[in-house]
Amino acid sequence: MSGKPKVAFFDFACCEGCQLQIADLEEEIIGLVGLVDVVEFREVLTGSAPAYDVAFIEGSITRPEDETRLKDIRARSKLLAAFGACACTGGVNKLKNLRDLTTVRKEVYGDKWDMPHLATYPTKAVHEVVKVDAFVPGCPINRQEFMTIVKSLVMGLAPKLPDYPVCVECKKRDIVCLYERGLTCLGPVARAGCDAICPANGAPCEACRGGVPDPNRNSMKEVLTKYNVPLDAIMRKFTIYAFDPEAGR
Amino acid sequence: MSQNSMHIDVHHVTRVEGHGNIHVDIENGSINKIEWQVPEAPRFFEAMVVGRHFSEVATIVSRICGICSISHTFSSLKATETALGVHLSEQAAGLRRMLLCAEHLQSHILHIGYLAAPDLLNVGSVIPLVATHKDVVLLVVKLHRLANETCDIIGGRTTHPIRTTVGGWTMLPKPQEIEALKKRWVEAMADLRTLAGVLKSLAHGFPNFTRETEYLSLQEQMEYGIYDGQIKSSDAKKPLPLADYRRVTNEYVVAQSTAKWAKFNRESYMVGALARFNNNHAQLSPAAKAAAVGIGLAAPCHNPYMNTVAQLVECFNACERFAAHAEGLLDKGINEEKVTVTPREGQSANAVEAPRGILFHDYTYDKKGLCVKANCIIPTNQNHANIQKEMEKLVPEFKDQGKDRLQLMLEMLVRAYDPCISCSTH
Repeated sequence: MSGKPKVAFFDFACCEGCQLQIADLEEEIIGLVGLVDVVEFREVLTGSAPAYDVAFIEGSITRPEDETRLKDIRARSKLLAAFGACACTGGVNKLKNLRDLTTVRKEVYGDKWDMPHLATYPTKAVHEVVKVDAFVPGCPINRQEFMTIVKSLVMGLAPKLPDYPVCVECKKRDIVCLYERGLTCLGPVARAGCDAICPANGAPCEACRGGVPDPNRNSMKEVLTKYNVPLDAIMRKFTIYAFDPEAGR
Repeated sequence: MSQNSMHIDVHHVTRVEGHGNIHVDIENGSINKIEWQVPEAPRFFEAMVVGRHFSEVATIVSRICGICSISHTFSSLKATETALGVHLSEQAAGLRRMLLCAEHLQSHILHIGYLAAPDLLNVGSVIPLVATHKDVVLLVVKLHRLANETCDIIGGRTTHPIRTTVGGWTMLPKPQEIEALKKRWVEAMADLRTLAGVLKSLAHGFPNFTRETEYLSLQEQMEYGIYDGQIKSSDAKKPLPLADYRRVTNEYVVAQSTAKWAKFNRESYMVGALARFNNNHAQLSPAAKAAAVGIGLAAPCHNPYMNTVAQLVECFNACERFAAHAEGLLDKGINEEKVTVTPREGQSANAVEAPRGILFHDYTYDKKGLCVKANCIIPTNQNHANIQKEMEKLVPEFKDQGKDRLQLMLEMLVRAYDPCISCSTH
């Protein structure tokens, strides 16, 4: 990349919490804008550009017109990164997919449910629509991890995410295992990089960052057996952030 | 295009949360169309939580919004608690009030400094202001950082809090943490006064436009209500209980918006800082009252652009209330509390004031504690009809000022509401 790389942020079906983490960089935002040229970021600035070096996409895809918009951004960007759980895995937006779609639409919009502007289809993650070059996981993203990923992309390197589970970070912080306290935690199969923030605050990991590649399923089953946690309780917990244990993402 | 024709088409207004379009068509002096459109993709949260365990509901609905996730969490937890008959201790409630003050400060400062101020300084974002107004930007950042760090300490994380749970907290802060925070919040008052001075010097940039409407908010006995209370309308003498919220909100679907609209005693109503100020200004903390006088905000104020000024006044209130609650907590000592929740059948609605206005959550649970029905009424979806009606008054009054000026005024009007559009569609 020659000159300062042109970076843009876009959002689809999401809460914009991941984009808010950019504003939450506080003084560090000065470092970010020194490294890259933020040419389009609707939530924070007025302005747009015809092409980008890196486009960050927050949110899931739930309508045909959003697919069209996403594909257009993909075509105009050298690299594209899925930004946050909704983009990476579908996140909580995929909870909608677990139920009958017409029932869902009627529950929310009543007898107006099939007006054209209220159309929706089963939620998709960004990689289910376009090619994704990098993933920034989490719900929300981790700011420090984001800065590391940006620096990697700017240097032309493939960002490296931890390939070990949250348990490792939990042990490093000397946190008493939540299973010992009667809680059900997805730490053994969830991707680390968040510094076990939820267990550190007394709450079980819900795998918002997705899973480790090649999770140790047998070991997880042993944990569940030891603490008498039924398998379907764990499988239900996986659905909160659309964690697919088979997909390794 | 003739002198008396104008076409304004703003696709995805910038410096607001979520997606909204402004569409104005004037042909030969005749106004054909004025539309505030919301094309935001619906996510169907109210259906997402059906079938989920009560312990999961607040975590899921927190994701309705990134900026006011704490407000959604609290409105949700309160509704679940009243549905399941869970008692919240004074200590637990006090900590929630403090965390909500922090979210209000975080959100208001973000809006005033990053989203609204650029218009008053004729720039496209806060980024050029880093060079031209460095001291003010650093002050905004300092206040924003204080709010976020407070949320991290009490809630575990500012966006999508972790320590918040049914019946209280998974973990409590340490006394020394609260002591240190209290000191910083008291010192923040001086920073707010500096910021108020800057905003006052720029306030002439807000258009002089008024439209009287109905103002809706919480109203609480003991203090300027943001955590609890009843539903107060400026059009009614007596407040209504939260359980009656449907009589007030009357949500309906319109073709121009994926977010629903609302109405009560008039064709539209307004929620948020200006509504709270108009209804409850007598209950503001002393420094907040002084700030209102200093900056020239007096109730009743019918200029929607002054919502941003009302937010700054509320920041003073948040500071004084936070310090008072912190002192109360430190006096009594922070004690471990065991919370047991027994699932049972139940239904309840509850509300908090999110930074952008009154936020209702309503859940029905079965005897296993699984959610069978949910309803959420979001501040910004309550505001959409009011934004539309205000545009309908603004355009004829100001169209003679030319397209560029009118377009800016319309964008600034939307920004003044500090709308949370993806939240409003949910």
